[in-house]
Amino acid sequence: MNYEAVIGLEVHVQVKTASKIFTRVGQGYGHAENTLTDPVVLALPGALPVMNKAALDAVIKAGLMLHCDIAEVCKWDRKNYFYPDSPKNYQISQYDQPICNGGYVEIELPASSRNVMGEHKQIPLTRIHLEEDVGKLNHGAHDSLVDYNRAGTPLMEIVSEPAIQSGEEAYAYLTALRTMMVYAGISDCDMEKGQMRCDANISIRPVGQTELGTKVELKNLNSISYVRDGIQHEIKRQIAVVQKGGTIVQETRDFDGIAGTSQSLRSKEEAHDYRYFPDPDLMPVRVDDTWKQRLADECPERPFDKQRRFMADYNLPYTATSVLVPDLALSDYFEAAVAASDKGQAKQVANWVINDLLRELGAAGQDLADTRVTPAHIAEIVKLVDAGAINSNIAREVFAETFASGESPAAVVNRKGLGGETNADELEQWCRDAIAGNDKAREQFIGGKESAINAFKGPVMKASRGKANPKLVDETLRRLLAEG
Amino acid sequence: MPDTPELNIDRVAELARIALTPEEKAEFSAQLGEVLQHVEQLKKVDVSAVEPTAHAFAVENVWADDVAQEGLPVQEALRNAPAQRDNMILVPKVVE
Amino acid sequence: MADDLTFSTIAQLADRLAARDISARELTQATIDHTSAVENKVKAFNSLNPEDALAQADASDARRAVGQALGPLDGVPISLKDVIAVKDQPLTAGSKMLENYVSPYDATVASKLKQDGAVLWGRTNLDEFAMGSSTENSAFATTRNPYDLERVPGGSSGGSAAALAAGQSIATLGSDTGGSIRQPAAFCNVVGLKPTYGLVSRFGLAAFASSLDQIGPFARTVEDAAIMLGAIAGHDPRDSTSYKTDIPGYRAALAEKKGPWKLGIPKEYFGDGLDPEVGAAIETAIAFYRDQGCEVREVSLPHTEHCLSVYYIIATAEASSNLARYDGVRYTHRSADAKDVLDVYYKSREEGFGPEVKRRVILGTYVLSSGYYDAYYLRAQKVRTLIRQDFLNAYESVDAILTPTSPTPAFKAGEKADPLSMYLSDIYTIGVNLAGLPGISVPAGFSSAGLPIGLQLIGQPYQEADLLAIAHAYDSAHDWSAQRPSL
Repeated sequence: MNYEAVIGLEVHVQVKTASKIFTRVGQGYGHAENTLTDPVVLALPGALPVMNKAALDAVIKAGLMLHCDIAEVCKWDRKNYFYPDSPKNYQISQYDQPICNGGYVEIELPASSRNVMGEHKQIPLTRIHLEEDVGKLNHGAHDSLVDYNRAGTPLMEIVSEPAIQSGEEAYAYLTALRTMMVYAGISDCDMEKGQMRCDANISIRPVGQTELGTKVELKNLNSISYVRDGIQHEIKRQIAVVQKGGTIVQETRDFDGIAGTSQSLRSKEEAHDYRYFPDPDLMPVRVDDTWKQRLADECPERPFDKQRRFMADYNLPYTATSVLVPDLALSDYFEAAVAASDKGQAKQVANWVINDLLRELGAAGQDLADTRVTPAHIAEIVKLVDAGAINSNIAREVFAETFASGESPAAVVNRKGLGGETNADELEQWCRDAIAGNDKAREQFIGGKESAINAFKGPVMKASRGKANPKLVDETLRRLLAEG
Repeated sequence: MPDTPELNIDRVAELARIALTPEEKAEFSAQLGEVLQHVEQLKKVDVSAVEPTAHAFAVENVWADDVAQEGLPVQEALRNAPAQRDNMILVPKVVE
Repeated sequence: MADDLTFSTIAQLADRLAARDISARELTQATIDHTSAVENKVKAFNSLNPEDALAQADASDARRAVGQALGPLDGVPISLKDVIAVKDQPLTAGSKMLENYVSPYDATVASKLKQDGAVLWGRTNLDEFAMGSSTENSAFATTRNPYDLERVPGGSSGGSAAALAAGQSIATLGSDTGGSIRQPAAFCNVVGLKPTYGLVSRFGLAAFASSLDQIGPFARTVEDAAIMLGAIAGHDPRDSTSYKTDIPGYRAALAEKKGPWKLGIPKEYFGDGLDPEVGAAIETAIAFYRDQGCEVREVSLPHTEHCLSVYYIIATAEASSNLARYDGVRYTHRSADAKDVLDVYYKSREEGFGPEVKRRVILGTYVLSSGYYDAYYLRAQKVRTLIRQDFLNAYESVDAILTPTSPTPAFKAGEKADPLSMYLSDIYTIGVNLAGLPGISVPAGFSSAGLPIGLQLIGQPYQEADLLAIAHAYDSAHDWSAQRPSL
């Protein structure tokens, strides 16, 4: 019998704000223990929550990016449960009125080759809501230590429908989600820092069956690759169990990404009863059209939309777009350079950005934000080459200078006298000398041996100290040879 | 509303994380049963067309701008801690 | 003599301090001394801070000496219920759970009083986490009614009421969730004001029931209550339920607003269970207002019979969640027997909470638990809407509503052993909290046994200036509040 997998993902994404979701003490990663607390974070007697406007903005933006319906009104509920990382022993969350409903994540599945665009698919979302993160437990041999720095960090929970079918799809889903969150400035989604966390609910069923099988929750998937591997492993495990005549038990399993194995977490001692009720300390949120529109205006173009546009408008190959697009700053840089250059030079611009700029940045260990090469510099260098003012070898040399000093390419060419276009007479004279100096080659060329022309080019380039534009040299030689 | 209020004192005490003695359980069950009997009268009220009141004077969109402010120094944060180590709250080992 | 000082009103003391007739230090020292003399009988305080109070008084005198006095409260000893945070002072909430807790921050009302130069003096006793009507539920002491030490001062702000009645402070703050300011005020012959929900910031008030709690003053006169309210009212960005409204000059309004007013008498508040002597005192008060030209008419609050049920569902549900933070982990009592984390919770809460708190947390947990939410909590919230609507309907035809504060005068300690009968002593005050309205209890005479009786006036939302003026008309025409207990 053939089985198919049905997977739903719950993804938690920390929102990148300056302060916490319900109090104004700062938030962030990597601070000394318990230095990001205040009476609200610690749930001291008398402390009260106050919403962070920026966290609301961020989750609405996320909803708009992901095609969700933004609720007109939403409220805050308390989810009651005891745990040492939860200072109030309730978490402020959204139960039956989340801020975003529906929507989908567009994903791209891997194709047969990296040079080809894969199939695109929409994974529908159930909801997105906003809640507060909990503190962090550090487990020792005999005791545990609690650091509340993370407690109260704004956290979005993005819940997908059970519509994902494989580990690869989950991988594509998380990649697309991460790119979009980073694009919109909502989160850095660094899974190592816990800024994006993912739990997967996995079940299998015989192909053709409509009802869902018993689901297993997979936890502690702390990289996108582990999510993919963990899901694949779990699907295989479930199929093996069923094929041996066993049944799947509803449980939570822990996936060890390094060992590639999973084990059941101790079954919960009691069924949860979260006793949700509306938080009386907080007022409801109403999202009007003006607010929504303002945020929509702030949302960047979705990455896949941009990729399609780059391919259509700039005629870029898929491979180039898949380098440029995932990085918002890089794609903006590229578009700025295209805007500064002549029409139709987008491909050359893309080549300079992808091949030269990225290589130099990599070699220098710099980020795009650090570079002294401006988009206008890229446009200028493309123009110089295109006009035949410099050849591509010289252009690389010029680029290296610009990269190192920030001096504009034209200035480098002028300062170093690298320009080849200025003296056509001089070029003609070098060509005449070259032809005159090699009768044999001249006769061969006239006799129809096309490649013989190359024999003149070396002396011309040598005479020009490498500056001559090969295209011009070629044209000039042909004209002179034809004149006889 | 359930016809006869039934309070599973063990389960509720477990949810509330309060250890109760058998005497307390018996006493509370009886007393709260009486209170729940009293509360039964709410059944009589027709609330079919009534919106719930969560706030006496509800206002929408009460928030603050996202400007980070100083929090508590760590010594103040842990000032009342029953047990601490390395600037963290110490608890018996939590088994996840 | 010293006693005259400590039984003075804020209004009187402000004049004497301004005239340099007395110093803040003299006043504070007199308060400390008088407290020492009577505290072993009254047991109004959970903790005292004499040296700190004198230092605050000296700072006040120093300001005054250079002409920088801050207003009528500058140098006046004021005591806060031990459920309001004051930086570097203990905050026990009357609970073993917080026996050793010291607050690292100020409640908004505490910083407002500090800004006005008040001398924050002692922490007054209460029913544990403000749950109770007698102050018998404190983990530390049972506060006594200064008018009869066999009797309770009311609750939960019994310490604040008793301290004021016994001359141990000049004004005090309490909190009122179902009557916890008004009922003890009535029992102790002082004025007690519960402001409209949202008028006074709750930031720094250890929460009992968030949607009902409100901080308010106890004072010797309505005029003093107006001064106190002016000091603590106002929008606070740290409390999301704090209301943005202009704060009028409450004290000035007392003289400006002269009536006559239309007063409503809710027929549902004068039925079974009302002590005849209390009823008679209220009738006398009604006659007074009629004599002043006020129109008094019967109104109906038809859902009154449901107030207690709705209150006990909503208040305990919210409390069960609000008190979850007292768990033995971060700052509370932790059981010495705790071997694992579950033990930390179960045993710390078993040892740290008293029986009434446990009872209410259990009830609140139950009404929110799976399968019961709609039947209890949601239904209670809907009936709450109807209760609120009753009051708003009544205000179509009247300016304020007049009722007894409590069905009986102060009862004896230990008298109300079963919880339901104790809960029933709040039936006239609970509706006000459910509707979010302002209510004030004003001294209205004494029973034949010499026990104080309180008159409750209920105002319209955020119209405290009118409510205080109506109350002042009665209060200033009577000398009940000038009576002192014989201790």
